[in-house]
Amino acid sequence: MSAAPLMKLTDLSVTFATRDRTVHAVNGVNMELAEGEVLCILGESGSGKSVTLRALMRLLPKFARVTGGIEVAGQNVLAMSERRMADFRGGEVAMIFQEPMTALDPVFTVGRQIAEVVQRHEGASRATAMARALELLELVQIPSARRRLDAYPHELSGGLRQRAMIAVALACRPKLLLADEPTTALDATVQIQVLLLLRELQQKLGMGVIFVTHDLGVAGEIADRVAVMYAGRVVEEGPVGSFMAGPLHPYPRGLLNSTVHGNMRGKVLTTIPGAPPSLSSVPTSCSFSPRCAMAEAACEAGVPAMVEAGGGRRARCIKIAAG
Amino acid sequence: MESKNDRGGPAQPLLALRGLTKHFPIKGGLFGNTVATVRAVDGVSFEVMKGETLGIVGESGCGKSTTARLLVQLLGLDAGSMVFDGEAVGEPRASGISLRNYRRQVQMVFQDSYASLNPRLPIEDSIAFAPKVHGVGEREASERARDLLAAVGLAPAQFARRYPHELSGGQRQRVNIARALALQPRLVILDEPVSALDKSVEAQVLNLLVDLKAKFNLTFVFISHDLNVVQFISDRVLVMYLGEVVEIGPVEAIYDRPAHPYTRALLASRPSMDPAKRRTVPPLVGDPPNPVNPPSGCRFRTRCGFAEDVCAARKPVAADLGDGHLAACHMATLDSGHSKAGAILEVVV
Repeated sequence: MSAAPLMKLTDLSVTFATRDRTVHAVNGVNMELAEGEVLCILGESGSGKSVTLRALMRLLPKFARVTGGIEVAGQNVLAMSERRMADFRGGEVAMIFQEPMTALDPVFTVGRQIAEVVQRHEGASRATAMARALELLELVQIPSARRRLDAYPHELSGGLRQRAMIAVALACRPKLLLADEPTTALDATVQIQVLLLLRELQQKLGMGVIFVTHDLGVAGEIADRVAVMYAGRVVEEGPVGSFMAGPLHPYPRGLLNSTVHGNMRGKVLTTIPGAPPSLSSVPTSCSFSPRCAMAEAACEAGVPAMVEAGGGRRARCIKIAAG
Repeated sequence: MESKNDRGGPAQPLLALRGLTKHFPIKGGLFGNTVATVRAVDGVSFEVMKGETLGIVGESGCGKSTTARLLVQLLGLDAGSMVFDGEAVGEPRASGISLRNYRRQVQMVFQDSYASLNPRLPIEDSIAFAPKVHGVGEREASERARDLLAAVGLAPAQFARRYPHELSGGQRQRVNIARALALQPRLVILDEPVSALDKSVEAQVLNLLVDLKAKFNLTFVFISHDLNVVQFISDRVLVMYLGEVVEIGPVEAIYDRPAHPYTRALLASRPSMDPAKRRTVPPLVGDPPNPVNPPSGCRFRTRCGFAEDVCAARKPVAADLGDGHLAACHMATLDSGHSKAGAILEVVV
């Protein structure tokens, strides 16, 4: 990457400490995103993928301890004042969530909620902001957009609600869009519509997108690059094409094999035995080794370093030869 | 076990359903009058054959979960009939089977593994509860519970006295499967049993279901929105749309030669794992309509690229495409009056 990255995480760690217990959710994540690039963070529940995304916008609860570096467009996010943060959120970086019904305000019309963002960030008048809201609803391909400006979230179907939320997020033309499983709650025929819309908008507006998902198929449809997380660390990273053709790390390889796809009738599915670690302490060795068929004594010696495997691919496994 | 309970022989359907209907009234206004009706399941007929896995797919609001609840009689029918191995369900006098007896033979596994277990009972007691209610002795019930825990891959010595909150999602779903098997049922209704699980755990539970089915001679009705999972586990597949059956047939026929435009769109909506084969045009636009006021004639016509006047005027009848493959589309019936009648049979997807 020659140009300065749009987003850069350096050794990001997030710890949640409550009276009862401590959870080390993210344990040293390094990640970069170029302008106009789509990165998919893949992982199962508890892998730290959503926490990483939320840390980027400082949306974590007060008791979360965030260390390391978060840089977006050359600015240090962790050093921003609350006032600056309010401009930053929604202005330069925006987020869309899994559940549009809870993310949208039920007592305001969709038009009002979009216009509010434009008024707050660009100081536009109410009338200009409403005109911009209409443009945005058309941009996200909501049919009869003018009528839908006056609709409340509960009056829209799931797919239209998700489109409305995308319109709110895009209101100030953010450079970086964060998407936290935005299509998981949608039906199959609607999910593909929203994925195609996001891809089209991303190309049209040239945004960088970080897309969190647990679904390999979704990553296959939308990602340029994929980062797989396990137990709070990135275990593999690389271009989506070579990743889907054959992951390097045993964990994503197991994940790909255990995902039912194509005609696998009558076959016994390959599974990954066991369950992810509890994360009550920072893992000091390879977190996946207890479940890994290839594990040996050396895996327990320490956290494996990220190995560059060529072609922009890297993985955290001692069995991978540098390329 | 099979020989003891089997009545009509292997050719008789285990469960035959005719015109299953469930409408939910929406109350409103000052006097709580019925202002509208949700036609959740509207005249659904199909059969579940002995020893098969019947997959039911469809989007939210298509009535697949209501169908599941009707099958275990958690909801009463508004119209229609259910015949279990030759005996009418709920008519104990006239050559029928009592509800109590029926429920012993038909059990259900729900999507939410936590909500479907009693949080105050150790899992062993949850599993032994139903056998005790049905007159099995304390000691025997508990023994059966421990055997079942072992059968679903949870070591009884380690897990029997644990509470649901002490288990992971995958382990809890195993307990729910054990609980459903505690009465030695013949038919198990699985309503999205793996949808809330992570992929690696999903594969473990799917393998377990395949094993248990063979071991206990079970028949499954497997409901899911995940087309890949349904293809993996089913022998026959039923596709629902807005409370009606649009297509049913052997799994190969549905996935290789889908005849109904909705089934085709549903299959084409699956994200491809191959970034080189990305989709450019969505197979369908819009969301499924509201089941309160479904379109006239064919309910899919508002989203269908082939809709003509005949589709609004008349409800399509299920056309027989051979080998038990039925599709409710005017294009599949030669004399329906649709300009492409019959053409659908030649198009290969």
